[in-house]
This record gives sequence, structure tokens and C-alpha cells, in this order.
Amino acid sequence: MTGQVTARLPRLEAAGLDAWLVRLFDAIDEANLAWITALTRRCEAAFGAELVDLVPSYTTLLVIFDPLRLDPELAHRRLEGVLAGLVPDAAAEGGEIRELPTWYDPSVGPELARVAERANMSIAAVAECHSQAVYRVFALGFAPGFAFMGLLDPRLAAPRLDTPRQRVPAGSVAVAGRQTAAYPAVTPGGWNLIGRTSARLFDREREGFSLLRLGDRVRFVPVDRSTFERQGGDTTPMDEEGGR
Amino acid sequence: MSEFHTTGLRVTRAGPLALLQDAGRFGVRHLGVTQGGPADLHGWAWANRLVGNPWGAAALEVTFGGLELVAERDLTLAVAGADLGATLDGEPLPLWQTAAWREGTRLAFAMPVNGLRAYLAVAGGFRAEPVLGSVACVVREGLGGHDGLGHKLAEGDLLKVGEGGGRGDGVRSAPEAERPDYRGAVRLALLPGAQIGDFTGRGLFDAFNAVWRVDDRADRMGVRLTGPRLRCRIESLISEGIGLGAVQVPPDGQPIALLNDRQTIGGYPRLGALTPLAASRLAQCLPGQEVRLVAVPRERALADYRRFRSVFEG
Repeated sequence: MTGQVTARLPRLEAAGLDAWLVRLFDAIDEANLAWITALTRRCEAAFGAELVDLVPSYTTLLVIFDPLRLDPELAHRRLEGVLAGLVPDAAAEGGEIRELPTWYDPSVGPELARVAERANMSIAAVAECHSQAVYRVFALGFAPGFAFMGLLDPRLAAPRLDTPRQRVPAGSVAVAGRQTAAYPAVTPGGWNLIGRTSARLFDREREGFSLLRLGDRVRFVPVDRSTFERQGGDTTPMDEEGGR
Repeated sequence: MSEFHTTGLRVTRAGPLALLQDAGRFGVRHLGVTQGGPADLHGWAWANRLVGNPWGAAALEVTFGGLELVAERDLTLAVAGADLGATLDGEPLPLWQTAAWREGTRLAFAMPVNGLRAYLAVAGGFRAEPVLGSVACVVREGLGGHDGLGHKLAEGDLLKVGEGGGRGDGVRSAPEAERPDYRGAVRLALLPGAQIGDFTGRGLFDAFNAVWRVDDRADRMGVRLTGPRLRCRIESLISEGIGLGAVQVPPDGQPIALLNDRQTIGGYPRLGALTPLAASRLAQCLPGQEVRLVAVPRERALADYRRFRSVFEG
């Protein structure tokens, strides 16, 4: 951000023919979320049918509109108006906690031992530490329904794998740096796997498709193997998945 | 779907990559779902236009060639975009114009002659069940396509084609000026972005004056360009939404232009964004081809895009 930190926030940045990037903050903070969700809602109302997509993330909102129906300069002015009257989203501070039942086990969490060793903790203590916190969803991306959550206890903040896996099983619960996530579907991935959730994170048949949204509060709830299986969790161990 | 439609085509050879694409999947990018849609909007739009389909109708994007299809009934077709050496019933198929496709005859794509991606449209359009509002096929996400599961075409697949929509007024063709020679000099229009001033040393000069080579690491997510190493004061950003055509520069200094199947957020500094038509043009480049980046003002890019789209309105 060198060369830009002096420029005043929030600001509007050019992001192509059909988009403006609203930069609200320059650092990741839970307090950002109430402003970003509020801005997202205000933009939905202000742009209506001229809106194509809104992509909120940690510190920004990308506003994509139809340049055949709305002149980019007019879109810019409209965004300035929205920013001028922006108040944080009160609802973002409360709300229910989404629970992800999670089986913490080395057979489905091959980096559990590595994370434990780094933290100088037992495997059980890692599971306890990971599941005690209430995380916030800072962004969705990478894959449909993949939620970047934080902030993780610094003791569990293991770096990404040197070589990403070609195939991470769906439901895998993972940590990397100060963030945690659960993989909605089979994808490549470089995060440390510490368990698996039975929650269906992305479902094309469900209203709204994604279980998690930006700003949501999330807790991982430890379950034993039989509960995990009863909830429909996949107990296939990583080595049989050919997960390497 | 209440609308009557029947099987229209049978795949007799799959080739490396053939995907059903409508205009793309919109309104779900906040969930991490990418836009998909035709990598070359221009070729896709003309193929549909020629057979009388409305903007947004699903057509087949055929990459590199190899695909063979047999008509299960009489159809009207048009192929636009790349010349992949297509033949219809054994005869060379004229591109950028309509042709009658008789039941039982075979359309075969061979190898790239000019460009990389051909678009096959049939009158009435291909029909498939939309997924998250679109039939755009994104293999990585397992969404859309002829089967709804994001699969590329495979031998034995049956494709449904809508009834009607055909033109009874003989051969229609695209004007000569609309048929690019994809082998020619490529100048890609780029709208400078917010980090443009953070490229240091010769970085900015090189970006717009060097000759860039299209790498073989190129797909529907992005196209890597190789050339002089661009240096930027910023190594990485906090991940943020990225639009079609964004040209990001990772720490190795080699730009990557992001196309339709890119991830929805990313954290590398960007030179800016290719215009939609420049992104389309890049999608027709073969590995090894040379391109240049040209900074353009927004007003001009917008006028060009509006002119392009006006052909397809009404």
C-alpha cells in the first residue's frame, strides 16, 4: 500500500469499464464488517437493476454494474452519495452463531499433529482451542461457498503447505496464518487440514446457496466419530483419498 | 421447462475442451462463484446473432478443435471466432455465416488455423437446466454446462436444441470487418488501475512498451504473459474483488490477465484491466503469440464497447 496510505479513505478506485472498487479500510479488522455489509446493502438499493454483482471482501467492496445502462461517471457519483450517508450495520454486531460440527482427527486432519507440535500443545488442546473461538467471515472466494474466517489464535497460525495438495476432500477444516476455513467441495488447496465438518457449505438446491455469508459468526463444534457419521460426515481417511 | 425441445446433436468425438456457454453467471459472485461465459464475447455473440438467437443464448465454445457432432435432425448453424478447420459433411465449412445442417451429417473441428476458440451456435439455441441462474459451464466449480455439473463435452453426450428461432431468409453472414485475423499484431487495450503508480523503475515503461509473449500457462482462468520482469512496490494486497480482464502482477513480475473463470477475489497488485473486447481478443491467442498492452482512456473503451453491443441489440 506504499504510495497510497496517505490518500484518504474511503476512496473509489478504477477497476475496469464496468466496476468501481470502494476501498474502505487498509487493514483487516472485525470492526470493518459492519461497514462493509452496510455498504453492500446500500449499493443494492441504490443501483437496483443496473447492478451486476457486488463482491465484498476484508477491506473493500467491488461494485460491478452494466455499463450499457449506467454511465461509469454516474455510477461514481452515486457511490459517493452512498458513502456520504453510510452508517454501520447494527445487525452485524449481533445475530445467531452458525455451528459447524467438526470431527478433529488425524485421519481426516493430517496436519493436526504438525499444528499441535508448532503450538506446543496436545492434539486435543488444538481441537479445543480451535473450537472455542467465535470466528467472523471476512470474505468469500477461492471457490463457491469458501469462507475466509478469523481471527485464529496466534498459537495455531501455521503457515501454508510448501506444496499445495491437488485434492482436498470436501468438508475439510483448515487453518493458515490467522485464518480458518472449511472446503465446500473437492479442490486443490494449500492449507493445514485439522479435521472435517459434516455441514453442507454450498448447496445449489438451497435458498441462497452458501451456508456462510460475509459478516457471519461461526463456531466449530467438536463431535466424535459416531456423531459425525450420523450427521452424514465422510470418514474416508486422507491416505485412502489419495489426498497428497 | 415447459418449452418443447428435443435432442438436437450427438457428440461422436469430444476433443480437448468443448463447453456450453451463455453470457455468464451473475449476481452470485459475493458467494465466491465466478462468472464463466464465453472467453471471446465477440465470436460467441456473432455466432448467436447469425442464427437469429437473442443475446445470451447458449452456444458451444470449442477450444483447440477435435470436436465432432452429428445432427439428430435438420438444424441451422453458424460458426464464428477461431478457424479450427471445421468441415460439415466432409466439406470445408465457411465461417461467420449460416449453413444448413442436415440430419445425420457430421460437423468436425480439426486444429487451430487462425485463433484458438470457435463458437458454434444453432438456431433455437442449446438447452440445458440453468444452475444458479445460468448454463455457463465452469469445470472448476462443477456448475452449469449441458449436464448442470460443469462437465466438458464427452463422447456420447446428447445436446438439446430449442425449437424455432431459425431464419428462413437464406444465408446470413457477418460483415468482413467483423472477422478478425487472430494471427495479426495484437494490441490489447488496458484501463490503468489504482496501483499503476506503484510499479517502479522501468516497470511502467516496460509494461506498455515491451513485447509480451502468451505463455502456455493459459486457460479460462487466466493467461500468463512473459517478458521483462515488472517490479512493484507492493508485493501483495489484502484480497479484494477482481473484475474481468484484470492484469495482476505476482512477485515474479510476469503479468497474468484474468479471464472468465478467474477466482472472484485476489491479492496481487494490478496494472489495470483489459477492456472486455481486449480480454476477448487475448482469449484467441495461441501460446507463443506476441501481444502489446496499450493504455486507453475509459471514454474510448466505453464507446468501443457500446458500439460492439449495439449490433446485437434489437
